[in-house]
Amino acid sequence: MKLVMAIIKPFKLDDVREALSSLGIAGMTVSEVKGFGRQKGQTEIYRGAEYSTNMVPKIKVEVVCDDDLAPRVVEATQAAANSGAIGDGKIFVLDVGQAVRIRTGETGETAL
Amino acid sequence: MMTFSKKLCGMAGAAGLSLFAALPAWAQEAAEAAPAAAVPNPGNNAWMMTSTVLVLLMILPGLALFYGGLTRSKNMLATMTQIGAAACLAMLIWVMYGYGLAFGPEGNAFISWGKWFLVGVTTDSTAATFSDEVISEYVFVSFQMTFAAITAALVLGSVVERMKFSAVMLFTAIWLTIVYFPIAHMVWAGGGLLFEMGALDFAGGTVVHINAGVSALVACLILGKRIGYPKEPMAPHSMTMTMIGTGMLWVGWFGFNAGSELEADGTAALAMINTFVATAAGALFWMLAEKAHGHKASALGFCSGVIAGLVAVTPAAGNSGPFGAIVLGAIASIICFYFVSVIKPKLGYDDSLDAFGIHGVGGIVGAIGTGIVYQPFLGGPGDGSTAMGAQVMTQIIAVVVSIVWASVGTAIAIFIAKAVTGLRVSEEVEHQGLDLGEHGERAYNM
Repeated sequence: MKLVMAIIKPFKLDDVREALSSLGIAGMTVSEVKGFGRQKGQTEIYRGAEYSTNMVPKIKVEVVCDDDLAPRVVEATQAAANSGAIGDGKIFVLDVGQAVRIRTGETGETAL
Repeated sequence: MMTFSKKLCGMAGAAGLSLFAALPAWAQEAAEAAPAAAVPNPGNNAWMMTSTVLVLLMILPGLALFYGGLTRSKNMLATMTQIGAAACLAMLIWVMYGYGLAFGPEGNAFISWGKWFLVGVTTDSTAATFSDEVISEYVFVSFQMTFAAITAALVLGSVVERMKFSAVMLFTAIWLTIVYFPIAHMVWAGGGLLFEMGALDFAGGTVVHINAGVSALVACLILGKRIGYPKEPMAPHSMTMTMIGTGMLWVGWFGFNAGSELEADGTAALAMINTFVATAAGALFWMLAEKAHGHKASALGFCSGVIAGLVAVTPAAGNSGPFGAIVLGAIASIICFYFVSVIKPKLGYDDSLDAFGIHGVGGIVGAIGTGIVYQPFLGGPGDGSTAMGAQVMTQIIAVVVSIVWASVGTAIAIFIAKAVTGLRVSEEVEHQGLDLGEHGERAYNM
């Protein structure tokens, strides 16, 4: 099993969700996160006092899928989240040791 | 206006005033004993009662939300609570001895006395307006009470996020006694120093705004900066709250300005339209100044411009034509913008919410500008009997007297508060926020 973790622009969430649903992905975890990469932060100005924030708001999407599906999940996410501009985000793929469905106790890929 | 001036001359003449001093239009005046036969016109009484509660709306929740939104979320409740509590303290002090010190039956150029605990004030007693009308004295006492309350609350804008609640309360009591009541008497009461000089202050440009602004500056200089200022980000936590507060301040300001005529007449109507258009000009010109300075036109710029326009038109409300008011609002807004955005950062003091930068600076521009826009050849309601130069000079003297009195009085009040309470919260409380440290609550439990 693989964990596909994508850091994307917030307004791309719906596109990514639709793309992954069409691959048969039945669940995901989404969180609001902040961070920085090549994209510059924003500058806020209040009565002349400037505050520059290095941290840019992003959405983190986490999906666990079986090994065969993982390349297609990555590909679909990359296509859906791409706007061509700096700050589109990153995708990371990690190995997952085990998965358990809490209600039934099922384990492995059947728990996904 | 002519009729009004003539009547005022008659009244003033009887009181032994010089003709020169009597000509300008004052919107507020001593509650001089009116003839026993005078009965308040219910229309005027009703308008003044409405105006009085509109000024209360300016404080709670208007100013509380305006100031609260500008602070960090950990100090939201402390800011709003200080404003509410200081206003309540001012109300109680006002009926005990404040009214007597400002509008008492006997007095000199600086202070009056009598009517302690409102003794002698009954449902039948009346206060004079500017014509031969009268209003119920209880209404006049209440109306003036709200002015004392909001001025005390305005001062707190420079000292939020670090001053102890106990220090705020003690400071407010002393400050009202030695600063506000004497200045209110000097400007608005018959026999007062600046009143006799012919200084124009329709609704409180000197008494309320210059006074509050200068006092705020002196208070924050003695109190010191917030920890981390100006290196750490201290962005406003809710511009939405500030915008809501701004709207309530603007609505309430019609009571403040148009109510200062003490009657529902044509001059009150003039004050009303000026309170619309000067404010509109202030809002747009602040945003234009931002744009000209290479910034974006901002919501806080809009709100700040609204307040700058309102402050500037306060002394001019019934003393200017609508187009004079527009120019005054626009100019005051631009000057306030440059002061708070460009000059203040270079001076390095921490007037946290720009109480001086907007109320002090805008008030000074408005008070001096009133001497200009009052002139009939500029569309003002003056009769031209006092030359513009002489009127402007009188305005400047009034401004200087207010600045000096407010500075000295505030320094005394804040040093007493410091000796008794320690003035400032501990470093730990300041980091944690005054909401938890001083009041044991959190504004947002999310």
